[in-house]
Amino acid sequence: MEYNGAAIIAMTGKNCVAIAADRRYGVQAQTVATDFQKIFEMGPRLFVGLPGLATDVQTVSQRLKFRLNLYELRENRRIKPKTFMSMVSNLLYERRFGPYFVEPVIAGIDPKTSQPYIASMDLIGCPMVTEDFVVSGTCSEQMYGMCESLWEPDLEPDDLFETISQALMNAVDRDAVSGWGGIVYVIEKDKVTIRELKARMD
Amino acid sequence: RNKLLEQKGIKAPTAYKTGTTICGVIYKDGVILGADTRATEDTIVADKNCSKIHYISSNIYCCGAGTAADTEMTTQMISSQLELHRLNTGRIPRVCTANRLLKQFLFRYHGYISAALVLGGVDSTGPHLYSVYPHGSTDKLPYVTMGSGSLAAMSVFEDGYKPDMEKEDAMRLVRNAIAAGIFNDLGSGSNVDLCVITKDKVEYLRPFDEANLKGQRQGSYRYKKGTTAVLKKEVKKIPIEVVKTQVRSEQAMDTA
Repeated sequence: MEYNGAAIIAMTGKNCVAIAADRRYGVQAQTVATDFQKIFEMGPRLFVGLPGLATDVQTVSQRLKFRLNLYELRENRRIKPKTFMSMVSNLLYERRFGPYFVEPVIAGIDPKTSQPYIASMDLIGCPMVTEDFVVSGTCSEQMYGMCESLWEPDLEPDDLFETISQALMNAVDRDAVSGWGGIVYVIEKDKVTIRELKARMD
Repeated sequence: RNKLLEQKGIKAPTAYKTGTTICGVIYKDGVILGADTRATEDTIVADKNCSKIHYISSNIYCCGAGTAADTEMTTQMISSQLELHRLNTGRIPRVCTANRLLKQFLFRYHGYISAALVLGGVDSTGPHLYSVYPHGSTDKLPYVTMGSGSLAAMSVFEDGYKPDMEKEDAMRLVRNAIAAGIFNDLGSGSNVDLCVITKDKVEYLRPFDEANLKGQRQGSYRYKKGTTAVLKKEVKKIPIEVVKTQVRSEQAMDTA
């Protein structure tokens, strides 16, 4: 996990969810890129964040998209976030004794009921569904601390954006291998707002 | 591949363990299972309110300690095998069947699947309680505890257990055993979940006892809008598919 460094937070608000990630791609101490994608869109209202070893981040996201496409072709409808979580869990547990080094974070809004949904997983697929926030990455301890202090229930989308951005930026400022920019997706019933954050580039 | 990565010095992230105190007791009318609700990742609490009492069938439930993913997946696997078995035989499944399936499954993996389980249920032959260890051995007992807090819980059981207890006494005993684990063991915490299984029904009490409530927040840390500096903003509208449009009007249609 410490090889590439990463930080992902997902939070729920009033009829919305937000997922945020840092943008660094580095090899231990050397930063190679500051526009690495760690949050992938799996549906119009469903996003998955993958912190961890960069090669596994890309492989898992591609394999997941493949399985998701087959599901949507077979079922002829958009996947529910709960079902998607089971799909990710399954993909990771298949490699129980030689796992992918990623700890995914899922954020989405149910296509039918419009309920916000967030979940996170460990590297072998144990699901953890919460009502408030989930964090994953190298600075998870810092992020836990920030989120516990800042999160309040029923935040409006704009307030949620401020809360999640400040939680992410301050947490990664205390971690050497994550940071170098941030990107926040605020997902509501009818739109997704993607904002890139101005952060410390060190 | 992972061994090569370890050699190069890339450590794997650790899996969630469930630290845990789980226990079960047989009382007059059935079985009561209890569990705490903390999931840990080394020393950090990953989940403050996770559910450790898993559904196996309508009359059989299973508490799980050890690696969280293993207990989750193992109980799901055995639950689906048991459902197919039930459809095949046309009978309500027996607890001993679930026990057999679990021990044979875990033995195949020689302890690598780290799932320590407390299996309890009521079937046509009466109430049964088993404890299943990761290597595949099982014990059939009137009261069992598992997990890092098992010693704390067992001490409460050894002191307070009597055969053929009443429901209220048994629930209090299990609650006290789990509470002993929560307050004395670092790997267990948060709330007590209880599952009371009798011949006719199952009561899944989650949470049964909120032993640790979060403190009241004294101040709000909400930021003013515009605090965060934004470089670029992009709004993607999601097309909402209109399935049905109904037009209702108050006035009657004028068909003159």
